[in-house]
Amino acid sequence: MTIKPPVEDFATDWDHTDPQWVHDPYPIWEDLRERCPVAHTNRYGGGWFPTTHEMVSAVANDNVHFTSRVVVITNNKFPAGAPPAPIGSAPPITSDPPFHQIARRIMLPALAPGPVNALEPQVRDLCLQHLDELAGKETFDAGAEYAQFISPGVISRMLGFPPEDENLFREYVHFVLDLVDLPPEERAAAGEPMVEYFNRQIQDHIDHPRDDFTSYLLNVEVAGKKLAPEHVRGTMALTLIAGIDTTWSAIGAAIWHLATHPGDLSRLVNEPDLMPLAVEEFLRYYAPVTMARTVKDDFEFFGSTLKKDDWVLLGFPAANRDPAAFDDADKFIIDRAVNRHAAFGLGIHRCAGSNLARMELRVAVEEFIKRFPRFELVENDDVTWAQGQVRGPRHIPLRVTA
Amino acid sequence: MKVRIDPELCQGQGRCFSIAPSIFDFDDLGNGVVIGDGTLDDDTMKLAQLAQSNCPEHAIFIEE
Repeated sequence: MTIKPPVEDFATDWDHTDPQWVHDPYPIWEDLRERCPVAHTNRYGGGWFPTTHEMVSAVANDNVHFTSRVVVITNNKFPAGAPPAPIGSAPPITSDPPFHQIARRIMLPALAPGPVNALEPQVRDLCLQHLDELAGKETFDAGAEYAQFISPGVISRMLGFPPEDENLFREYVHFVLDLVDLPPEERAAAGEPMVEYFNRQIQDHIDHPRDDFTSYLLNVEVAGKKLAPEHVRGTMALTLIAGIDTTWSAIGAAIWHLATHPGDLSRLVNEPDLMPLAVEEFLRYYAPVTMARTVKDDFEFFGSTLKKDDWVLLGFPAANRDPAAFDDADKFIIDRAVNRHAAFGLGIHRCAGSNLARMELRVAVEEFIKRFPRFELVENDDVTWAQGQVRGPRHIPLRVTA
Repeated sequence: MKVRIDPELCQGQGRCFSIAPSIFDFDDLGNGVVIGDGTLDDDTMKLAQLAQSNCPEHAIFIEE
């Protein structure tokens, strides 16, 4: 890892991997929102961080001035050999119109509410299976022993990958989302095992076609033609990376919240009908995901001059705490009835897996609090949050108190 | 009064058909669609307004 100087002023030198930002970004965003409101940095080759809901929405809905070609900020913006716009390396998240819509329509039917609702019993079984393994324990790590297992189990089944490869998936997620400070050559080398893994899975599915999302991607035709191999691999990578870390983070954050807010925990245990509202408030308050764009050409944006190829980090979690968009934005209100949050993004890149993520979060929390109606955080033990563009607690040491 | 969804603005956030399944359904891509002709009575009006105030894309319209 490169040693980086600590950030002195986030308004002019922000870094989303700075320990202070990783530990508790909300006071930083609140300060920037009043002061900037578009923060700048020279790190990562130069970038911007808009802090209000209005600005985040403006960027998300503007596919003319911004491109989605690269959505994860690293020190190597346009790696050699990476597919250019409008396709990008992981369609449709890295795609721009008009190709974006084609790539998105390929994915959406599998992730629409119908097929997702059909998966609910399997997700519930998976949760119960991991809860059974915690039986009799007074203390355990709800991150490492529960939250981190749910989404890999769901996604590996969906893609038709062996469930026992779960640990590999977490390594790939770590590579894509956490190791953003590696020098370009090291980052390229670190990504090779993932590409090889996908190639092996693709070959296995060609040899043994079956009813899963990988076989579907290999066989689906657009205008009479099958998808290019890079497209298939890119969409598999998107499904794996975006489907695992994000939901795991959301489940972890919800459990962490309940462990530290006993009033909310007992309300949710006693009033299970609150769950749909609680899920949306977990998503608003602890939105895990920020996405990047790059600027297509020099462009004036809310008083700042964005330069061609500058990064823009789309802070959906910051938008969700903007007092101009939400009453009592900094308060967690478990039965908040009006909650127009942007946890799944806004505009044409709305998270394709949002129905699945929402169902996993609801079922994972429902089953957890049914099994453990009272629990608290173990004192003097640090909760660690993942760094980078997906935020969630990795370790949540709990004590069961009932 | 009637409720409608602007299909250009709807991105399939899924809030309307979760909040008001008697008024909204989803299509095979997961985008929201209004059930029937969208006519609202006193009871369904409140529910439609709640769905409208939760749509992140501001895609729901209630009009004469």
